[in-house]
Amino acid sequence: MTPAPTQSPQARAARRSDRVFFASFGILGGSYLLLLLATLAADLFYTSPGHLWHALQSPEIRYAIRLSLLSCTLTTLLSLWVAVPVGYLMARVRFPGQRLIDAIFDIPIVLPPLVIGLSLLILFQTAPGRALERFFPVTYAVPSVVLAQFMVACAFAVRTMRATFDQISPRHEQVALTLGCTRSQAFWMVVLPEARRGLLTAATLAWARSLGEFGPILVFSGATRMKTEVLSTTVFLELSVGNLEAAVAVSLLMVAAAVLVLLLIRTKGSENSFHRPV
Amino acid sequence: MIQLDQVSLRVGNFHLRNVSLSVPAGKYGVLMGRTGSGKTTLLEAICGLRPVTAGRIVLGDTEVTTLPPAERGLGFVPQDGALFQHLTVREHLEFALVIRRWTRERIAARVTELAGWLGLTALLDRRPHGLSGGETQRVALGRALSFQPRILCLDEPLSALDDETRAEVCSVLETVCEHTGVTALHITHNLAEAERLADCLLLLKDGRIESRHPRA
Repeated sequence: MTPAPTQSPQARAARRSDRVFFASFGILGGSYLLLLLATLAADLFYTSPGHLWHALQSPEIRYAIRLSLLSCTLTTLLSLWVAVPVGYLMARVRFPGQRLIDAIFDIPIVLPPLVIGLSLLILFQTAPGRALERFFPVTYAVPSVVLAQFMVACAFAVRTMRATFDQISPRHEQVALTLGCTRSQAFWMVVLPEARRGLLTAATLAWARSLGEFGPILVFSGATRMKTEVLSTTVFLELSVGNLEAAVAVSLLMVAAAVLVLLLIRTKGSENSFHRPV
Repeated sequence: MIQLDQVSLRVGNFHLRNVSLSVPAGKYGVLMGRTGSGKTTLLEAICGLRPVTAGRIVLGDTEVTTLPPAERGLGFVPQDGALFQHLTVREHLEFALVIRRWTRERIAARVTELAGWLGLTALLDRRPHGLSGGETQRVALGRALSFQPRILCLDEPLSALDDETRAEVCSVLETVCEHTGVTALHITHNLAEAERLADCLLLLKDGRIESRHPRA
C-alpha cells in the first residue's frame, strides 16, 4: 500500500492560512445573511395567519395591493422605455459633457427620497406644471404615484442598461451593418436580443424599487386611503394609528410579492438564457 | 478588386497617412504588420466602419469611400467571429438574406449550399455557445459569404485556433475562394498562414504598404 504523502510545514501553514481567509469572509457574509433572515423571521413570528387574512379582507389594503401592482408594472414599462435608449446612447456615443450627464442620471439614486418628492411637488407648482395639471391632474392623484416611483426606478434601470450595453461588443453591431442592416435594424435584430438578460435585470430592479418606494409618494401623492395608497403607504398608515399587527402583515405581503417577482423573473431569465444548447 | 488610393485616417492620436494598396480581382491579399501598425483600422475603413479623412476606396468598379457598410457589398469576418449569441447557426447563415428579403426557398437553398461547403450541416440548429473555435470561424465565414459578396475582409480569423484547426480552416478558405472567386483581404501575424493563402502579400510598416512576393 502506498503511504499517504506527508505534508511539509509550509504546505500545512498555507492550508491553515486559506482556511482563515475563507472563514473570515464567510463569517462576515454569514452575519449579514443572518441579520436579513432574523428580521424576516421576527416579522413572521410577530404576525399570524389570522392577521394576514384579516389584512387581506380590508378593502383599503386590497385597493393598495391593486394600485401597487398596477403602478409598479406601469413604472417598470416606462423605465425600460427610457432606460434602453439612454443606456445605449451612453454606452455607444461619446460627446462633450458626457460625464456630467452620466452623473445627472445618478442623482435619483443618491438623493434622499423625501427630496425627490419635494422637488416633484415644487415642479408641479411652477407655471408649466400647473398648466398641465389643469388638463391632467397629477399631484395627489394616481399619476403622481407612478411619477414618484419612476423618478427613482428609472435611474436604476438606466444604470443597468448602460452596464449591459457596455458589455456587448460593438463588433456585433458592426458585423450586422456589413451584412446589410441599417443602424436601427442592427439594434433591434442584434443588440437588443443580446441585451435580454440585462433587460430582465433592469425590469426586476425597477419593479422592486417601485414597490419599496415610500418617501416621494408620501410627499408628492399624499397618503389618502382608497386613492393614492400603495402598500408602503399602508404600512406607514397602520403604524401611525398603532395597528402594528396589520403593518407587519402588509410588510410580509410586500416581502412575499418581491420574492415572488424576483424568483419568477430570475427563473424566466435563466430559461431564456442563450447559453442553453437547443 | 480592392483598391485604396492615398487613404488617410485618424483614430484618437493615431494617424495613417496616404496609404495605398491594391488586391486584384479574385485574388487573396494578406496584410501583415506589427501590432498597433493600423491593420485593423485600415480594414475597418474598407468595411465602412471608420471614416477616412482623405483618399478613396474602390471595391470592384465602385468607389465606396463614403458609402455606409451595408452598401459596400462586402463580407466581414472579425477576429473572434462575433457570432450573435441569440441566433442558431442556421439563423446566422440566413441573417443577411432575410435583410435582403430573399424568398424562403432561395434562403433555404443557399443555407444548404453554404452548410455543405463549410461542414456546418450537423450544427445548423446549435447556438454559438459551445461551438469550437474552428466551428465558430466557419459560421462567421458562412455568414459573411451568405449574400455572395464580391469582397471578403478577414481580421485575424485564425489567430485563436490551434495548429490543426488553423490548417483545417485554411483549407476551407482556399476552397471557398476557389468556388466563389471572391477578392479577399486577410490580416494575420502568422507567416506560414500568409504564405499558404496569399496571392499577394502586403506589409504595413511605418504607415506605408510594401508589397512582397508571398513565397519569397
